[in-house]
Amino acid sequence: MSTPSSNPAPNPAAPAAAVQTGTAKPAFSFKDFVIKFGLLIILAVMVVVFWRLEPAFANARNMFSILQAVSVTALLALGVTVTLAIAGFDLSIGSTAAMSLMASSYVMVILNQGTLLAVIVCLLLGAFIGFLNGVLIVKGRIPDLLATLGMMFLLLGLQLIPTGGRSIAKGMTLSDGSAATGTFTDAFLALGRYRLFDLIPLPVIIMLVAAVILWVFMERSRYGRVLYAIGGNEKATRLAGAPVERYKIAAYMISGLFASIGGILLAARVGRGDVTSGSSLLLDSVAAALIGYAVLGAKKPNVFGTAVGALFVGTLLNGLTMLNAPYYAQDFVKGLVLVFALLFTFGFASSQRR
Amino acid sequence: MEVGLVFVICQDRLTIDVLVARLPPSGLEEALCQTSVEAVFGMTEPGREVIRIRGLNKRFGSTHAVIDVDLDIKRGEVLALMGANGAGKSTLIKILCGVHPADSGTMEIDGEMVDFRSPLEACAAGIHTVHQIINDGVVQQLTVAENLALDEICRPEGPMLLSRAAITARARGIQAILGLDLPLGKAMSELGQAERQLVAIARALSHDPKVLILDEPTSSLSEAEAARLFVLIEDLRARGVAIVYISHRMSDIRRLADRAVVMRDGRVRAEFIRPLDFDGIVHAMVGHRVSEGARAAVAGGRTVVEIRDFAITPTSAPFDLDLHEGEVVVLTGLIGAGKTEFAECLFGTATPFAGSVMIDGKPLRAASPQQAIAEGVFMAHEDRGNSSLVAEFSVLHNMTLPFLRQFSKLSLVVPDQERRAATGQVSDLAIKCASIDVPIGSLSGGNQQKVVLGRWLIQPCRLLILDEPFQGVDIGARQDIGHRLRETAAGRATLVICADLEEATEIADRIIVMRDFSVVGGHSIDGLSLDALVAEISGAGTHATFA
Repeated sequence: MSTPSSNPAPNPAAPAAAVQTGTAKPAFSFKDFVIKFGLLIILAVMVVVFWRLEPAFANARNMFSILQAVSVTALLALGVTVTLAIAGFDLSIGSTAAMSLMASSYVMVILNQGTLLAVIVCLLLGAFIGFLNGVLIVKGRIPDLLATLGMMFLLLGLQLIPTGGRSIAKGMTLSDGSAATGTFTDAFLALGRYRLFDLIPLPVIIMLVAAVILWVFMERSRYGRVLYAIGGNEKATRLAGAPVERYKIAAYMISGLFASIGGILLAARVGRGDVTSGSSLLLDSVAAALIGYAVLGAKKPNVFGTAVGALFVGTLLNGLTMLNAPYYAQDFVKGLVLVFALLFTFGFASSQRR
Repeated sequence: MEVGLVFVICQDRLTIDVLVARLPPSGLEEALCQTSVEAVFGMTEPGREVIRIRGLNKRFGSTHAVIDVDLDIKRGEVLALMGANGAGKSTLIKILCGVHPADSGTMEIDGEMVDFRSPLEACAAGIHTVHQIINDGVVQQLTVAENLALDEICRPEGPMLLSRAAITARARGIQAILGLDLPLGKAMSELGQAERQLVAIARALSHDPKVLILDEPTSSLSEAEAARLFVLIEDLRARGVAIVYISHRMSDIRRLADRAVVMRDGRVRAEFIRPLDFDGIVHAMVGHRVSEGARAAVAGGRTVVEIRDFAITPTSAPFDLDLHEGEVVVLTGLIGAGKTEFAECLFGTATPFAGSVMIDGKPLRAASPQQAIAEGVFMAHEDRGNSSLVAEFSVLHNMTLPFLRQFSKLSLVVPDQERRAATGQVSDLAIKCASIDVPIGSLSGGNQQKVVLGRWLIQPCRLLILDEPFQGVDIGARQDIGHRLRETAAGRATLVICADLEEATEIADRIIVMRDFSVVGGHSIDGLSLDALVAEISGAGTHATFA
């Protein structure tokens, strides 16, 4: 708020702000340091600990398989970051990805079409779902959480209708009794399985490229600036002349698009239209985006933080798996990390200004 | 706690927070057993002081919001507390009802010294407030009966299960005491504003207040609804309740007030008793320090804006208005006169009922701020915190928000250009900030306002509208803003909305007066007659004096 009462100490000098921030800044504050770098330090410590306990953890191949494992989650998390930036939320990303997975399988296996068409159909579908979300929220005035929750359920059901609830696989029996003639093309499967220099998985490259593009878009372009402005003060942004409604719809379209890319990569890796593959995607990616708030003390949704957040969760899970931790410990640890990261962001930081 | 209550808390946490803790010790229960009015409202001799305030001071940072205020509030009296925005009324009220502690000064209630630490303590001492936003005082999703009995419902030691009959009975009891007849079974959300207001007041009254503070109770009421409220207020006065009535509506004050206290710049400037001198009140409110003819008017150049047969609402009188290049025109009038509504019609956030607006001879097509800005109409809104600034953004990012396109190549913001523009505004307006990258919240109110102005000076425009640019702005910053406005005035028309006449005369070449959503007069700053101006603002000519 802008009222004078937000200044905690009564300071008689008129240029109070200049004095406070200009010269009176403490040389080093341990708390500020922890808030800023805490998560990165924990990530580094984690890598070292896993490496000491299990030397195989640190070889290049394992490092890249961590990245491969997080690439789909990261893509979804990047998308949801954009909706978080406008102070919205997209709960439908998980089922959008699942929808994209089923749609690509359907196009190739049952409709017997090529790679390009499958990819294009998925991307259009993802953007369209985002568009619908945006319209429901902006024009239908449904709160973001509820609109995207509804969309999530809708998609979960919809993706199963064309196949009668069955997973799509090469040569599967269709409803008219004949066998499906199509197959996953090699080019499509390569999207999920090819490794550049026999080392770097293609999904990792796709994810990194997408992350860099989105980072430039959010941090350097005027569109990103306006999106953050909408998240900060929608009314002020509208009165500053921005077409807020269009921006909000666009944010959900970006979210849907990224989710559909994630779905494509997942389909390419799994190599079948598995009805259950997308189930944990939503929570993992939301966790990654929220952990991202704590990276470098950003205290807001940000692309770099989201990428680090996804990496953080991936490293943790990979390390725990290598150390033979039971599967049920993983969700527990994920939750623990999320709670602490949020505490970094909101709890410890709240005693600062504002 | 049961599910129902939790649900209520989700819907309206603020109300419940206040409620749960302010349960009266003996409270409702006892009050309701008594059916006689006197028992509830404890009749004592009218005219005796309930509250005696001496030497009250309150500072917020560098702003001295309340300065050496002495005030007595008497039983059975309606005290009108008046003053323009930022005069210190709301701070004074917040001290009274325990929201802010005073920095110095004393407050006595019935001769006993009090020092409220929280609103609950003020409530316990018998001071109850019905805030301007009445939705803060009622829970929309519940019925009228549930709202009236809400205090009982929220009592921690109350029964686990509530019967509808018990709630209704309790609500009836409260109604009977107040002589109200409300539709108990209806949901709050189905009620009109007046009825909601009455419910909120009834809730406050069920605590047997000594002092009832009503903050702009009629601001959203129709005439008939207001009349209904007045009857209740008059009844309460007759019962000996002290009523502090905050309103900008002169007609309310005419009807109700026994005494009027006018605040300005944090001080009590004048006190009026019946018969109230309304011109005197307006004088005290909007500018007793105004020096007439202090400055020569700058003659306007080419006509930029031509407004013809402009009717803001279906019932307001149509008016014509021309704005010229190079002149600064101040639009003044009391709050509720329609100044902001008029500006919103020009900026595309509201649609007038009728009339035409031409800019440079071409019709203005502005159905949204985006279009208005494209047509060269810029506007800095009132209430910069909510309408102009993004709290999370730096000075730089706040300043350049509307004109990012200008600083972008291939949609990417070019930092050099952006920073150069912002730095230029910072030095032109003498904005005090450590750097343009500090958060906007670290600046003082005056400097924040300068940032808002600087934003709209980055690009040239045809019409610049500033709505109350001096709210919460210290005198130094006010002068800087005024100078800069004048320096840049050539080449555009400038319209400043400003209720304070002292501020108005500082910057205006021409002052136009708005009342009842219509322009009722215009005066050049040369040979300005303050009396004529004040008469136009208050509408004294049409209403004569208080009977």
